[in-house]
Amino acid sequence: MTVLDAKVPSGPIETKWEHHKFDMKLVAPNNKRKFEIIVVGTGLAGASAAATLGELGYRVKAFTYHDSARRAHSISAQGGINAAKDYHGEGDSIYRLFYDTVKGGDYRSREANVYRLAEVSNHIIDQCVAQGVPFAREYGGLLDNRSFGGAQVRRTFYARGQTGQQLLLGAYQALARQVKAGTVELHTNAEMLELVVADGRAVGIITRDLITGRIERHSAHAVVLGTGGYANVFYLSTMAMTSNATAAWRAHRKGAFFANPCYTQIHPTAIPSSDEFQSKLTLMSESLRNDGRIWVPKDPDESRPVAQIPEEDRDYYLERKYPSYGNLAPRDISSRAAKVSVDRGQGVGPLKNGVYLDFADAIARLGRDAVAAKYGNLFDMYASITGEDAYQIPMRIYPAPHYTMGGLWVDYHLQTTIPGLFSIGEANYSDHGANRLGASALMQGLADGYFVLPYTIGDYLAPMLGQPKVDTSAGEFDAAEAEVRGRVEHYLGVQGTRSVDWFHRELGKIMWDYCGMGRNKAGLEKALSEIPALRAEFESDVRVLGGAESLNSSLEKVGRVADFFELGELMCRDALVREESCGGHFREEHQTEDGEALRDDENFAHVTAWEWSGASGAPTEHREQLEFETLELTTRSYK
Amino acid sequence: MNLTLRVWRQAGPDAPGRFETYRATDVSPDSSFLEMLDAVNEELIGDNEEPIEFMHDCREGICGTCGMMINGQAHGPRAETATCQLHMRSFSDGDEIVLEPWRAAGFPIVKDLVVDRAAFDRIIEAGGYITVDTGSAPDANLIPIEKDAADLAMDAAACIGCGACVAACPNGAAQLFTSAKMQQLNLLPQGQPERYQRAESMVEVMEEHFGSCTNMGECEAACPKGISIDFIAMMNKDYRKAKFKNRRTA
Ligand SMILES: Cc1cc2nc3c(=O)[nH]c(=O)nc-3n(C[C@H](O)[C@H](O)[C@H](O)COP(=O)(O)OP(=O)(O)OC[C@H]3O[C@@H](n4cnc5c(N)ncnc54)[C@H](O)[C@@H]3O)c2cc1C
Ligand code: FES
Repeated sequence: MTVLDAKVPSGPIETKWEHHKFDMKLVAPNNKRKFEIIVVGTGLAGASAAATLGELGYRVKAFTYHDSARRAHSISAQGGINAAKDYHGEGDSIYRLFYDTVKGGDYRSREANVYRLAEVSNHIIDQCVAQGVPFAREYGGLLDNRSFGGAQVRRTFYARGQTGQQLLLGAYQALARQVKAGTVELHTNAEMLELVVADGRAVGIITRDLITGRIERHSAHAVVLGTGGYANVFYLSTMAMTSNATAAWRAHRKGAFFANPCYTQIHPTAIPSSDEFQSKLTLMSESLRNDGRIWVPKDPDESRPVAQIPEEDRDYYLERKYPSYGNLAPRDISSRAAKVSVDRGQGVGPLKNGVYLDFADAIARLGRDAVAAKYGNLFDMYASITGEDAYQIPMRIYPAPHYTMGGLWVDYHLQTTIPGLFSIGEANYSDHGANRLGASALMQGLADGYFVLPYTIGDYLAPMLGQPKVDTSAGEFDAAEAEVRGRVEHYLGVQGTRSVDWFHRELGKIMWDYCGMGRNKAGLEKALSEIPALRAEFESDVRVLGGAESLNSSLEKVGRVADFFELGELMCRDALVREESCGGHFREEHQTEDGEALRDDENFAHVTAWEWSGASGAPTEHREQLEFETLELTTRSYK
Repeated sequence: MNLTLRVWRQAGPDAPGRFETYRATDVSPDSSFLEMLDAVNEELIGDNEEPIEFMHDCREGICGTCGMMINGQAHGPRAETATCQLHMRSFSDGDEIVLEPWRAAGFPIVKDLVVDRAAFDRIIEAGGYITVDTGSAPDANLIPIEKDAADLAMDAAACIGCGACVAACPNGAAQLFTSAKMQQLNLLPQGQPERYQRAESMVEVMEEHFGSCTNMGECEAACPKGISIDFIAMMNKDYRKAKFKNRRTA
C-alpha cells in the first residue's frame, strides 16, 4: 500500500487556486495548436472541456458513443445547478457552499477541490447565461432560485424541469462552434474500448465505430475521460440505458487507480418498479420534496384507501426524525429512512415497495394551480408512467441507484495515476465524498470542464513542447487494438444460451441486495463469491447474435456488462474494507442506537484507491489521507 | 394483452428492407412500449434471431434518442409523448402495430428502426450558438430578461432534437427543429448580435439537407414537446430580414 499525494497546493484555502493558477506552467497561445488532446465524452464535463480547449487553441478530438454530442446522459438532469451567488441576500457565500458540500459528503471529500468548486460555481452561471441558457427568471427579469435537497439557502438555478438539458445544450452549442471553427474534430457513434499507454503515459485510445464496426486508433498528447458514472452496475437505475463504465474501467486496467467505488448514491425519489421486466427507474425530481410530505401508514396491515387514513395513523417519518430538515433531509438519509419503513412492512402500493409523497397539504395551502405551475410536468410524467393522478392521491416513491461518487482517482489537477490521463465530471472521484448533494453534479461537471481542466492540463503539456505525439503505428497501439479485436471475437464466438440483458439483470440483483442501501460483511462476502460464479457463466454462456461489421447493440452491451462484473466485484471489496458507515455507504454493523451512520474518522478519513493487479489477482489497496485544515470533522446532524 | 407487430427490418443502409411479423404476448398494460420491444427482442434472441435495433437511451422523454413511426404516426398515438414514454395501456388486446423508422431523405436508415440524424448537428454547427468564450461572461444578473421573453425562449428550448417533426412532415422538412433552436437564441438579448447571421446560415444548411415547408402543420402535431409552429413564422421573418441586411453589409 502506498499513500497517494493529491498535490494540493499550500496556503490558505481561499487563495490556493488563485495562487496555483499563477504557479502552473503555461502553454503560450501560439503553441497551443501544437498539442492534440483527446476528450472522451460529450456530457457536461466532456463537452465543456472540449469546447474550452478548442477556444484556447488546442487541437481537440472529441468522442461520444451517442449519435449526437447532445444526447449524453447529462441531458436528463431535472432539478438544477448550485452556485454561491447569494442573489437573495440570505447569507450564502463560497464558504457556505464549500462547507455544505463537504458536510453533505460526510467529510470524505478533499477540502481543496471542494473549495475550488464553490469558487468557480458563480462563473458557471455567468457563462451559461451568456450562452443563452434559459434559466428561470422572476418578474423583475432577474434569475430565480430554489432551495434543493440538503441546503438551507436558495442557491439552485433551474430551467423548468430540464436544467441538465439546457446546460448540456449550452455546452453542446459551444462545442458545435468549435467544430465549425475547426479546432475540434468530433467523432459520434465512436466508443472508446481501450486506452493506450506508452512509457507510462496516456497517449491514445482505440475506438469502435458503432455503425460500421470499424476499429480505429487515435493518438494525442493527453487523454481526458468525461465518460460519466456507473450506477447501471445495478441494472435498474435512473441512468440512461447505455450509461456504462467501460472507458474508466479500461483505464483502470491500464493503471489508473479507482477510488471509493463503493460510494454510490441511492436517490430517494424515484417511481417504484412495477414488475420484474422493468428496464429502468424514473426519477421524480427531488424538488418535489420542497412541497410534498413523505409518509407511510403506521400499521403495516393498513388496508383503508389512502384518503381515509387519519393523520394520527400516518408516520411522517422524516419530519419526526429530522425536525429541522424534515422532508428535505439529504439523500442518503432520506433513502435509508424509506428503506427502514418498507423493510418493516409499512410500504405502500401493490407491491408494498414504496412510500407516499403527498401534496394534499401543498394543494390546500397554495392551490392546485400553483402546485401545477411548479410541478405540472412531473405530475404529468408520473401519470403517464403509473396511470395515477397525483393531484388526487399521493405519489408513490422509492429510492433508486442514481449517481456514483466513486470513480477514477485524480489529484488536484484532475490527473489520474497515469500521467497524461485526466478525468472529469462523474467519471472521477473528488468533490462529493461519500454523498453528493442535489444540484452539485452539474456544477462539478461544468466546473471541471470549463474552469479547471483547461488550465491544469497546460501544466502537464508545457514541458512536452516540441515533442511529437506517439505514432499510431507504435507497438502499444498494436497491442491495444489486438485486445479490442480479441474481445469482440470472443463474445461473438461464445454463442451461449442467454442474452446479455439476462446476465446484467442477475448481476444487478446481487449488487442491489448486497451492495445497495444497506451492506454487511456476510452479504458482501456472499456477493464476492456469487459475482465471479455468475461471471464465469457469462463468459461461457452469453449469446450475442449478428456480426461486428454493423450496428449491433448486443455486442455493444456485452463488453459493458463484462466490465460491470469486474467493477461490481471491486465495489463489494471496497465496501467490505470500509468498516464504517458514511454518506451513501451504510455498513449495518456500524450504526448508532437510533440507526444513523456511524463514521470512524480515526481509521477511515481516507480515500481508498484500488490498483488493478490482473484478472486473477486481488486488487491492491492504496490510500489518500484526507486532511481537514479548514473544517472541523463533526458528526453530521440534520435533526 | 397479446399483440401482433409488423416491424421494418433492414440489415444496413443499402440493404433492401421488408416487414416481418412478430408476436408480443402477455404484455402488461403498465409496461412501457420499449419494454414491450425489449421482451420481443429477448424472445428473438432465444430463437436465435437477431434482435430488432431501435433508438433509445434515457427512456424519460428528454434525450431525444428514441423515435419510430407507430401505425404511421411519429412517436405513436399519444399527443406530446415520446416513444419511450408511451405505455401499453394506450393499446388494446389484439391490436396490430406497425413499426417503421423515421422516413425522410434527411435521415438515412442505418438499420431496422435506426436512422442517422447527423444533419441536425450540421444545422447547429452553422450558427445555433452564441459566440462567447469561456470565462469572458459578465455577471449573470447584469442582463435582466423580461420574464415573458425568457419563458418563450424556454418554450423553444424544450426541443429534444428527436426528428419527429421531420418524420411527420410529408415534405421531410426540418423547419420546426431549426426554428426552435434558432428562436431560443434570437429571442434573448444575448442572441441579438448574431441574430441575422444565425438566421441565414442555419436556414441555408437546413435547406441543403431537408425538404421545404408548405405549412402543413404536421410537425407541431407530432412534436413530443409541443413546440409551436409560431417559431417557424418568427424564423421566416428573421430570415427575410437577414437576406436583406446581410446583402447590404456584404
Ligand atoms: C435522472 C437524473 C437526474 C439528475 N439530476 C441532477 C440535477 O438536477 N442536478 C445535478 O447537479 N445533477 C443531477 N444528476 C446527475 C448529473 O446529471 C450527472 O452526474 C452529470 O450530468 C454527469 O455528467 P458527465 O458529463 O460527467 O457524464 P455524462 O453526461 O454521463 O456523459 C458521458 C459522456 O461520455 C460518453 N461516453 C461514455 N463512455 C464512452 C466510451 N467508452 N466511448 C465514448 N464515449 C463514451 C457518452 O457518450 C457521453 O457523451 C442527475 C442524474 C440523473 C440520472
Ligand atoms: S429515449 Fe430519451 S427521449 Fe426517448
